[in-house]
Amino acid sequence: MGKTLFDKVWDAHVVDTLEDGLQVLYIDKHLIHEVTSPQAFEELRKRNIPIARPDKIVATADHNTPTIDQHLPVKDELSRNQLNQLAENCKLNNIPLYGLGHENNGIVHVIAPELGITQPGMTMVCGDSHTSTHGAFGTIAFGIGTSQVAQVFASQCLLLQKPKKLRVNVNGSLKKGVLPKDVILYIISKLGTNSGTGYFCEYAGSVFENMSMEGRMTVCNMSIEMGARGGMIAPDETTFEYIKGRDFAPKGDEFESKVAYWKTLKTDDDAVFDQEYWFDAEDIQPMITYGTNPGMGIKITEKIPQLEDASFEKSLKYMNFQKGSSLLNQQINYVFIGSCTNSRIEDFRVAASYVKGKQKAQNVTAWLVPGSQRVAKQIQDEGLKTIFEEAGFQIRQPGCSACLAMNDDKIPEGEYCVSTSNRNFEGRQGQGSRTLLASPLVAAATAIEGKIVDITLN
Amino acid sequence: MEKFTTLQSTAIPLAIENIDTDQIIPARFLKATDKAGFGDNVFRDWRYHKDGSVNEDFVLNDATFEGSILVAGDNFGCGSSREHAAWALVGYGFKVVISSFFADIFKGNALNNGLLPIQVSDEFLKNLLSHIKQNPKAILEVDLEGQLLKTPVGNWEFEINPYKKTCLINGYDDIDFLVSKLDKIKAFEASIN
Repeated sequence: MGKTLFDKVWDAHVVDTLEDGLQVLYIDKHLIHEVTSPQAFEELRKRNIPIARPDKIVATADHNTPTIDQHLPVKDELSRNQLNQLAENCKLNNIPLYGLGHENNGIVHVIAPELGITQPGMTMVCGDSHTSTHGAFGTIAFGIGTSQVAQVFASQCLLLQKPKKLRVNVNGSLKKGVLPKDVILYIISKLGTNSGTGYFCEYAGSVFENMSMEGRMTVCNMSIEMGARGGMIAPDETTFEYIKGRDFAPKGDEFESKVAYWKTLKTDDDAVFDQEYWFDAEDIQPMITYGTNPGMGIKITEKIPQLEDASFEKSLKYMNFQKGSSLLNQQINYVFIGSCTNSRIEDFRVAASYVKGKQKAQNVTAWLVPGSQRVAKQIQDEGLKTIFEEAGFQIRQPGCSACLAMNDDKIPEGEYCVSTSNRNFEGRQGQGSRTLLASPLVAAATAIEGKIVDITLN
Repeated sequence: MEKFTTLQSTAIPLAIENIDTDQIIPARFLKATDKAGFGDNVFRDWRYHKDGSVNEDFVLNDATFEGSILVAGDNFGCGSSREHAAWALVGYGFKVVISSFFADIFKGNALNNGLLPIQVSDEFLKNLLSHIKQNPKAILEVDLEGQLLKTPVGNWEFEINPYKKTCLINGYDDIDFLVSKLDKIKAFEASIN
């Protein structure tokens, strides 16, 4: 029987298999940040265990960082302490850190691909569930807890049960105005938030083949929102072209020999999946969520479903929406374009394409938070900054920002925010805030109109 | 890690589905650099109103219910990988969570902190939740060695990986195991370079 892409990468990293089926999996790259690493460093210190491979770790500060005045000392004492501790831990252990203000700083899942650290066929982990983003390169990448961060520190390995295999196929041509974010929101709305639990997902079909690397990252990023530990897309010429020439990418002959290997990383024709789904690209339209989990999504032109279910009703009550109603023309006072899902240059280009020459609505506060220093520079160099600023948007400094609202970038209680992030959980963007997930294009249109509109009409 | 063998306790029913780790411990409490104190803020925004007053409607504030077993709706622990969620539940005093479905990362984090996730069927969960609501003093018994959950609505044989079971019973964790494999890991590294 043939192997899947996932099998090929997984099997190449198995150090040992235990009697009961658990496997010791070797990790090629370990990304860390300030929030989920301090207790892991402490655990190793307590046990007097050295870090096995500091050269395979890359650190950044992103989750708990301010997005204004990054050149000044961080005001919040707890946050400052957490950032200082990361710096100290990295220094003590010879781990490269791209801290605040560094030219390589940014959201962990934005910087690793843009620096060429993420490469096909690798195993990558990070104490963050959106590590699945890196699967866009044909990488096995998944989020881990802090105990597992400590395990990787101690051994460069994890002890795991091999997940089951799932494939989601989307074929056909995407309609105008339908972005990768709409594709993944559509998939999750159809399959639900736990359909992927216990699985690693491969995305296949012409829609993904024709997608840019940045679009593929948006899709793989949200794999965890349907419960899958990770998502993968087979590497192809688009992938190789993206990686070529980046800071940490292999160079010259080494690059060519890597490409030859990367080309073998695709699912064999006779490989079998434990679960498989098929969708038509033509059925997908711009999406928006109305509830408090990412599976509660509808086409912007659809009405909120009418379900008799206590959890569903609790969710609608929190959002202050009614069953059977439409979200069109709903007034929105906050718009956030950012997060590891949608804060790359293409996201800002598509948003700028709508915004150009227009003014944001009076009622709207619109935050744009680039995923990295490099993206911030691109926004400036390409003239997008001027477009956004003239339209009344606020461009902040890089970081996770209002996606999880650990810093001061919080949406006020009761307010709606159309957000390009990944989670619409209760209070995710600030206590009592109400999040509607959407693409950067829908978010940009919302900021201009001050309400939810059907962008396909333009 | 604390050892886990058996437990007898009343249980707290939380019949909400898709409880994500942001609800278990909101992000603004993740600024600590140690594992202490998270129990104070478990389910913070459900336990307290924004002005800090107690939400009397939430089950953890209802003196009728107490115990070290949490019985929760389907797909418990979805969302963020934050292990702080497991630290918060353990810190509050929970030793077992029963649900009809657990998110992967949460389940692993729980097991790494001596918190036992027990997965039961939808129907069993429904019966158990409604029994506890009507009989708050009902005692549940967990026998990890025998992989058995005894309740007034019936017994449930639960599954757990044999290695993980041994770890819980003895208070071991994966660091000890992986460090014992370092020679094999070094040999693997040599073979791929």
